[in-house]
Amino acid sequence: GRVMAAGGRSWFRALALGVSFLKCLLIPAYYSTDFEVHRNWLAITHNLPLSQWYYEATSEWTLDYPPFFAWFEYALSHVAKYFDPKMLVIENLNYTSRATIFFQRFSVIFTDILFIYAVRECCRCVNGKRAAKDVLEKPTFILAVLLLWNFGLLIVDHIHFQYNGFLFGLMLLSVARLCQKRYLEGALLFAVLLHFKHIYIYVAPAYGIYLLRSYCFTANNADGSLKWRSFSLLHVTLLGLIVSLVSALSLGPFIVLGQLPQVISRLFPFKRGLCHAYWAPNFWALYNAMDKALTIFGLKCNFLDPTKIPKASMTGGLVQEFQHTVLPSVTPLATLSCTFISILPSVFCLWFKPQGPRGFLQCLVLCALSSFMFGWHVHEKAILLAILPLSLLSVQRAKDAGIYLILTTTGHFSLFPLLFTPAELPIKILLMLLFTVYSFSSLKSLFRRERPLLNWLETIYLVQLVPLEIFCEIIFPLTPWKQHFPFVPLLLTSVYCALGVAYAWLKLYISVLTERISVRQKAE
Amino acid sequence: FLGAGKPPMYGDYEAQRHWQEVTYNLPIRQWYFNTSDNNLQYWGLDYPPLTAYHSFLCAYIAKLINPDWIALHTSQGYESQPHKLFMRTTVFVADLLIYIPAVILYCFSLKETSTKKKASISALCILLYPGLILIDHGHFQYPLSLGFALWGVLYLSYDWDLLGSVAFCLALNYKQMELYHSLPFFCYLLGKCFKKGLKGKGLVLLTKIAGTVVVSFAVCWLPFCTDMEQIMQVLRRLFPIDRGLFEACMFSSPPPHLANIWCSLSVLIKIKNIISPQIQLKLSFAVTFLSLLPTCIKLTVQPSLRGFKFALVSCALSFFLFSFQVHEKSILLVSIPVCLIINEIPFMATWFLLVSTFSMLPLLLKDGLLLAYAVTTLAFLLACVASFSIFEKTSAEDLQLKQFSVSLKGYVSWFKSFPKIVRSLFLLSVTLMGVLSLMSAAVHPPQRLPDLFPVSVSIISCLHFLLFLVYFNVVILWDSKNSRSQKKIS
Repeated sequence: GRVMAAGGRSWFRALALGVSFLKCLLIPAYYSTDFEVHRNWLAITHNLPLSQWYYEATSEWTLDYPPFFAWFEYALSHVAKYFDPKMLVIENLNYTSRATIFFQRFSVIFTDILFIYAVRECCRCVNGKRAAKDVLEKPTFILAVLLLWNFGLLIVDHIHFQYNGFLFGLMLLSVARLCQKRYLEGALLFAVLLHFKHIYIYVAPAYGIYLLRSYCFTANNADGSLKWRSFSLLHVTLLGLIVSLVSALSLGPFIVLGQLPQVISRLFPFKRGLCHAYWAPNFWALYNAMDKALTIFGLKCNFLDPTKIPKASMTGGLVQEFQHTVLPSVTPLATLSCTFISILPSVFCLWFKPQGPRGFLQCLVLCALSSFMFGWHVHEKAILLAILPLSLLSVQRAKDAGIYLILTTTGHFSLFPLLFTPAELPIKILLMLLFTVYSFSSLKSLFRRERPLLNWLETIYLVQLVPLEIFCEIIFPLTPWKQHFPFVPLLLTSVYCALGVAYAWLKLYISVLTERISVRQKAE
Repeated sequence: FLGAGKPPMYGDYEAQRHWQEVTYNLPIRQWYFNTSDNNLQYWGLDYPPLTAYHSFLCAYIAKLINPDWIALHTSQGYESQPHKLFMRTTVFVADLLIYIPAVILYCFSLKETSTKKKASISALCILLYPGLILIDHGHFQYPLSLGFALWGVLYLSYDWDLLGSVAFCLALNYKQMELYHSLPFFCYLLGKCFKKGLKGKGLVLLTKIAGTVVVSFAVCWLPFCTDMEQIMQVLRRLFPIDRGLFEACMFSSPPPHLANIWCSLSVLIKIKNIISPQIQLKLSFAVTFLSLLPTCIKLTVQPSLRGFKFALVSCALSFFLFSFQVHEKSILLVSIPVCLIINEIPFMATWFLLVSTFSMLPLLLKDGLLLAYAVTTLAFLLACVASFSIFEKTSAEDLQLKQFSVSLKGYVSWFKSFPKIVRSLFLLSVTLMGVLSLMSAAVHPPQRLPDLFPVSVSIISCLHFLLFLVYFNVVILWDSKNSRSQKKIS
């Protein structure tokens, strides 16, 4: 009947509607300080003239996203005044009312329409090797579920409160356009995205190198290497024009007003410490843990002098510049160089042997992961930047599926401390279980003809997450250690997940590099 | 199942918490009595013993976590985030252990849902039923009695009569409202015994069933069997037919926002001014039993599983419409059996379930559950439309009205456009419900008629329910042995 007539696309509609209903049900859940941040920005953009936007400092949550996002908040504020005009008063710090909550939550749900559209475009780019009879087994269906119902995105956007949905929609849309060889649109979308949230600059090298290699040099030699003569000046100028046009549109007014340094300082606040209050599971978490362990070890063996150790504990929850005790301290420049060095191999791979869109995606994920591993003041939410593009790869190759499972499970688990209220505990556990069980079972059944996705070591590691969670949430609060060492669950979670994320990163890197080597060997 | 974040109603939530307090701290002898420690006016225990045992179990767990929650006298009106989480978790656990497995096993045992996929889809639709989700997790109630009744139906569908009787006795001992379902169970089992011949196997079966019922009742009521006074007091609490309470209930007019016949009629004519309360009560009993009689007789004479399920629906619906002192939540006792037959008549079942959720709208609005109501109802409608493609199945055959239409063919000739008429009626009713829901939430009623919206909700629901009652009765009565041959053809 109706189901068949819609050309089989009705399952996508059902998935999208279903997840939107779920998001509506999450409206009364706990929200974090990010809620107040966005309310403040609505007020600022609504009341003040452009020249004051990056100078306003009544609230501690100053505007630290690029101008396009500010314009977005400005547009939202015009709708907001019909819901509750009082939320637009700057002095109303921490103002909440039912209308405010409803409006803000609903705006996130509404802007997710862009994300849904982007997922549909991505599903079109993915084609499975064998046509499955049952719609539930098709790679496109699995991909749609993994993206639309992504646990991390759900809890970060709809409970913790952020506007990541439509931003990731822009990114996935630009990826889809590049896969469809509509390079200019992809570049335009990415440029716009950069001016919405500058965190996406982490993956800009992938975009830049890929566009340069595949678009500006329009042809390859017979063996796949670069044909220097095919350099197209037209393409380069078009690209440059697009990027500069977008930048002019966004930063232009501020350059004219001479406020560019102020904007830059707001966008890149390096005064914050190496790690967030809760350590993101990256390399520096392991580094800090090692430092702490060595400190304790040193104190016990009397190698160190107790008086020379600074009092404040790094995990006390304060965000500040910090000095390490045993290992050398880390400066922003050091992190930048580490990130740069770690990105280089993948970028080189992309340059010398581009494998089309799939190679681009691999490089994108590696860039995102590398900058997550070594970045300065990385937030654990940034793991989503790597997880979502990796979903596109995971439904096409078994190896990528295995890496995806490890990365997603540990990444999502590391997001747990974001929701620390007791009322949200059942929700997050239930949703996490649903998503994890689905991703495992669907990917396993998709690739059931090949080798098992995970070896025994990885399986044991992932299973250990369950006891860890039970310990952190249930057992630890009932012990007397809670008073003296309140940070122990956070420490354990971030260090354990850092191991998993680092392992996934290394595995992906090795698989990308060995694949290139084997392809090059085949060509020769 | 996402109960967290929703504010519980002070009444039922506090009642359950108080029962935990009473059952844990006081000895059994005092549970149902009005003593200095146990003030029966303040949410006194008025459900059968199994509820009390369940509260005791929950109180035991509560004591391990935080004794303040159930401290005698001092914890009245206690409300805190962890406590809310605890109470909601107990509901969820009860759901998980009893209700959800029953639904899943039931769907997998049906003959119509032969493939795994169909079974899981129908299980999903049943579990998505908004009424139960909202009342259990929003308003706060335990789904145990419905779960046990469901287990009873499941066992009966496998012909395990004894286990089925035990399960139903457990259900009955959890909430006395399960009496709504007792007549179909009784008639079905009696009919089975008759079929087996009253002189041989039938009599054996009858005695076995009677024995199991008596034993299960005895086991549940064991602590109260010590003396007659205990049993009488419990019965008094369960069925408040004491002179004083009776008069008080009768003299107060029934609340207008109940989709019950008497309440709807009371809007037009003040019945209590015409007839005295005793005659009112007798009248309601009479009408109820009259409406039940055809179905029950048919079920006893021709016991079939299908007839049994339909009888569950129609008997409960009759009770709901025609008895006095009915609570809005009692519509759930009708909805759950309707969920069971969702595979046979998907269109009518979906329609009924939507109306039943709509009829509880005033209650849900009071609890602040408007958003959850809108979302879950839409999701349920979407799921049913997608899984069962209900709009295709509106012909007379699909509505199980084939035999009825055959007998009526001589009289009425518009049966050709029957599907279209039915479909447009459905759309009309859904639009009406949607509009009324929006208006109840958004618009303020005029000053002269402050109860306008609840009353209109209940009148509309009552009309729908009456039509459904007629429909279900028609289906049962015209369902003959030919149905078996029909299944072979189709």
